[in-house]
Amino acid sequence: MISNNLLTVAYIVASAFFILSLGGLSNPETSRRGNLFGIIGMIIAVAATAFSAQVSGTGYGILVATLVIGSIIGAVLAARVAMTSMPELVAVLHSFVGLAAVLVGIASHLEHKTFASPTEKTIHEIEVFIGVFIGAITFTGSIIAFGKLRAIISSKPLMLPARHWLNLIMILVCVFLGYQFLTAENALTPLLIMTGIAAVLGVHLVMAIGGGDMPVVVSMLNSYSGWAAAAAGFMLSNDLLIVTGALVGSSGAILSAIMCKAMNRSFISVIAGGFGTDSSSPSGQTPQEPQGEVTPISVEETVHLLKSARHVIIVPGYGMAVAQAQHAVAEITKKLRERKIEVRFGIHPVAGRLPGHMNVLLAEAKVPYDIVLEMDEINEDFPETDVVLVIGANDTVNPSALDDPSSPIAGMPVLEVWKAAFTIVMKRGMASGYAGVENPLFFKENTRMLFGDAKKNVDAILAELIR
Amino acid sequence: MSETVETATNSENSTQPIAKKVGIPKEIFEGECRVAATPDTAKKLQKMGFEVLIEKGAGANANFPDELFEKAECQIVKDEKTLFKEADIILKVRPPEEKEVKLLPENKTLISFINATANPDLVKKLEEKKATVLAVEAIPRISRAQKMDALSSMANIAGYRAVIEAANNFGSFFTGQITAAGKIPPAKVLVIGAGVAGLAAIGAARSLGAIVRAFDTRPAVAEQVESMGAEFLFLDFKEDGAGEGGYAKVMSKEFIDAEMALFTEQAKEVDIIITTALIPNRKAPILITTEMVESMKEGSVIVDLAAEQGGNCEVTKPNEAYRYKGVTIIGYTDLPSRMATQSSQLYGTNLCHLLSDMGGSEKYHVDLEDEVVRGALIVHEGKILPPPEKPALVSVHQSVAPKAQAVAVKKEEDKTPGIGSLIAVIVAVAALLGVGIYAPESFLSHFTVFVLACFIGWQVIWNVTAALHTPLMSVTNAISGIIIIGGMLQISGGLNSTTTILGAIAILIGTINISGGFLVTQRMLKMFQR
Repeated sequence: MISNNLLTVAYIVASAFFILSLGGLSNPETSRRGNLFGIIGMIIAVAATAFSAQVSGTGYGILVATLVIGSIIGAVLAARVAMTSMPELVAVLHSFVGLAAVLVGIASHLEHKTFASPTEKTIHEIEVFIGVFIGAITFTGSIIAFGKLRAIISSKPLMLPARHWLNLIMILVCVFLGYQFLTAENALTPLLIMTGIAAVLGVHLVMAIGGGDMPVVVSMLNSYSGWAAAAAGFMLSNDLLIVTGALVGSSGAILSAIMCKAMNRSFISVIAGGFGTDSSSPSGQTPQEPQGEVTPISVEETVHLLKSARHVIIVPGYGMAVAQAQHAVAEITKKLRERKIEVRFGIHPVAGRLPGHMNVLLAEAKVPYDIVLEMDEINEDFPETDVVLVIGANDTVNPSALDDPSSPIAGMPVLEVWKAAFTIVMKRGMASGYAGVENPLFFKENTRMLFGDAKKNVDAILAELIR
Repeated sequence: MSETVETATNSENSTQPIAKKVGIPKEIFEGECRVAATPDTAKKLQKMGFEVLIEKGAGANANFPDELFEKAECQIVKDEKTLFKEADIILKVRPPEEKEVKLLPENKTLISFINATANPDLVKKLEEKKATVLAVEAIPRISRAQKMDALSSMANIAGYRAVIEAANNFGSFFTGQITAAGKIPPAKVLVIGAGVAGLAAIGAARSLGAIVRAFDTRPAVAEQVESMGAEFLFLDFKEDGAGEGGYAKVMSKEFIDAEMALFTEQAKEVDIIITTALIPNRKAPILITTEMVESMKEGSVIVDLAAEQGGNCEVTKPNEAYRYKGVTIIGYTDLPSRMATQSSQLYGTNLCHLLSDMGGSEKYHVDLEDEVVRGALIVHEGKILPPPEKPALVSVHQSVAPKAQAVAVKKEEDKTPGIGSLIAVIVAVAALLGVGIYAPESFLSHFTVFVLACFIGWQVIWNVTAALHTPLMSVTNAISGIIIIGGMLQISGGLNSTTTILGAIAILIGTINISGGFLVTQRMLKMFQR
C-alpha cells in the first residue's frame, strides 16, 4: 500500500514521461525513445494506482484478468495490422477510449459519493454528464469512421435534409436532459437517454463527412478522446487523467488544425460535413473548364523518361495506399538511386486518410525518411525537377487551387508538380478526385497520363527498370 | 475582335469537303531518301480516320518497301498524277519542285517543308493553284507544338549523323584507350552552337568516348551542355545571345572578336569541329576562318551543319566532303536523308501530331485561331497569309489576371478571423470569470492543471514533425488509455456491483488501447530509417 502523497508523486512522474514521450516525436531519431518514455509513464501510473488504497480485495483479481486479456488483444491487433490499415486501427482505438469514458462516467455516477457541499456535487454531476456526452460521440463517431475507412460504409457524405438543424436539436435536447439530470430524483434515466442521443449525434456527424476529409475527422476524434479522458479526470478528481487528456486533446486539435489549413477549409466547414455545399464560389462564376488534350504515355516511355532524368520527385496519394503499391515504389526508388538519379518524395499534409499516413507507408517499404519531404520543403524544387511521378494523388496536385479563384478548392496549398519538366500522372481513369473538381494538370503540355491500376503500372515500371 | 467573327463565319460558309484522303508522293529531289509517312505513321493516320494513299516505291529508299505499306492497309497508287488527283491532303518532305506544282490540281492541301522565305516564287505558284499550304518549318517553337516540330527532329538526326560522318573520316578512335600496343588519347571534339543539333552531336560524341567542348552565344544553355557531359566554353564577356524561338541573335562586334579568339585557340587543339550555328533567315555566320582550318592538325575533321546556308566554315563546299590542306571538310546538306529510315519515322510522326491537332479526319479544319496551325499556314485557300504576329505577350497577360483575382479573394478572407478571435477571447474571459466566481477551490486546482497541460500539449505537439503524425496519433491513443485508471478506482466494490462491472470493461478496452497503441507505434517507428 502506498500513501496518497506517493501516489501523487508517481502521477507527476508519469505526466512528465508522457510529455517527454510526445516531445520525443519531434524527429525520427528520438522517436523510439519517446515511445519508450510513454510506456514507462504508463507502467508507473498503472502500478502506482494498483498499489494505492483505492484498489483492494477482489479488485486485484479483476485488474489482473482484464489487464492480461486486454494486453493480449492489443498486442495481437498491433502485430497484425497492415500499415495501409493504420487509419482503421486508430479509429477503432479511439472508439475504445470513448466507450471507456462512457463506462467510467456512468460508473462514477452510480458510486454515490458524499460531497462536501451541494456546489461540489453539482460540479461533479456536470463533469460526469459532459464526460459521458463526449465519450459517447467519440465512441459511435469513431466506429462510423472505422466503417468508412474500411469501406464497410460508403465513404460518400450522407446528406440528410436540414442536417444542421438536426444536430442542433439533438444538442439542445442533451442540454435539457442535463438540466433534468441535475435536478431529478432518478438521475440515471436522463443520463442514459442523453448517452443514446449523443451516440446518434456521433453517428450522424461522421456520416456527413466524406472519405477525403477523414484525416480531419480522425484527428478530431483523437482530440475528443483526449477531452473525454480529461473529463473523466475531473469527475474522479484525478490530475493524471486531466493532464493526459489535455495533452491528447490538444494534440488532436493541432492535427485537425494542420489538416484544415492544408485543405484551406475552416474546421467548422469540415465537421459540418459535405464538400463545397457551403462554400459558394466567391465571384459567382463557374469554375474554368480545363482545356487542351490529354497525352497518354506507356510504361516503356515512362521508364525511359525516368532513366534519363537527374532529379525525380514522387508524389504519392491515397491511391498508392489503396493499390498497396508502396513496396514496388520503394524498389523503383532504390533502382533509380543506384543509377545516381536523385529521387525524393513530396508529401501533401492531407495525402492519405490519416495525418502522416504516406510517411508510414513509405517507411514500411524502407524508403529512407530523409528523402521523404513535406510540401513546404519540396515545393520550391519542382522547377528544377526533370520528372515528377504522381501516384494516386489528384486534388493535392491540382493547379486550379492556385490560379482559379472560383474553384471549390481555391486557396488550398498544393504540390506544384506542373512546374517540373515532365509530370507523369498514374491514374485509373479520368475521374475527378475527392473534391469532385476537374484537374487541369492532366491537360497540361508537359503532363503525361499513365492510365491503369497503380499497382500493375508500378510493377511494370519496376520490371522494365530491372530488365 | 472583328477578325475573329469573320473567320468563324468563313469556315462555316465555305463548302470545304471533309478531308479524308492523305496522299504521300515519292520524293523526286535528287538523292532524297526520306518519305513523309512510314507504315507505322500511316497506321496512326488511319486511326485518326484518314485514308492513306501512297505512291508506288515512295518508301523504297527509306527501307519501307511497298509490301509493308500494303500490309498497313495503305492504298498504293501507281503514279504521282493519280495520287495528287485523289488525295485531299498531300504530305511531302522537300519543297515541291516545279514539276510537282504543275501536276498539283487546284484546291489541295499541302503539308511539307517549303522554306518559304527562300522560295517566294514557289509560294506564288502554290497560291495560283488555290492551294492551302502548311510549311512545316514555320510551326512555332512553343512547348505545345514540340511534338510537331520537324525542324528539331531533323536537327537531332543531323547532329547525330554529323558525328558519325566525322568518325568515318577521322583516322583514330574517339575514346581513349590504354592497350598493350600503347596509349591512345581520346579525340577532342568542339561543337559550336548548342541547339537541338548541337546537343545531339554532343551526346553522340560523348557516347563514343570523346572529350567534348561546346560553345554557344546563349549562356543559358550551359547547363544543358553540361548535363550532356560536355564542357561549356565560357567567354569572358557579358552578352546574352538568346533570340526568338530558341535561336540565337546577331551579336555585337566585340563579342564576335572574343568568340573568334576562342575558336582560334581551340582550333589548334581539337581534332573535330562540328558547327551548327544558324540565325533564322540569314546567311550562316563564318566562325571558322581559313587560317583556323590551316592551324588544325593534319587529319582533323570539320562537319559544317550550316552548309546549306553558306556554311560556318570559310572553306565549306555545300554537298561535298573534301580535304583542304589535310583537314577533311564535310558540307553535306542531306544528313537526315542519309538516315532516311529514322528521319522518315520521326518526320511522319510530327505530321501525324499536326494532323491530329487539326482535328483528325472527321473534325478536320484549318483553324486560324490555332497558334500552331496559323504559324505554319502560309497559303490559305489560295491566299498568301502574312506571318502571324508574335503571340508571346498575350499569354503573359492571361496568366497575370487570375492571380490578381486570387489575391483579392485571399484578402477578403483575411478580414473575418479578426472578429472571430475577438469573440473567442470575450467568451473565454467570461467563462473564466464564471468559473472564478462560482466554482469551489478543489475544482479550481484541477482546472489549473488542465489549462497548463493544454498549453504544454500545444507547445510540444507543434514540434512534432509531419512525418510522424501517424505515430503521434497511435501514441496519443495509447496514452489516452490512461482512462483505465478511472476504471481501476471503481472495481473494488464487490463482484456483483454494476460499478465494478462497468469499471472492469473500461479497464479491458482501455488496456487494448494501451498495449495496441504502444506496440503499433513501436512497430511503425522501427520502420523509419535513414
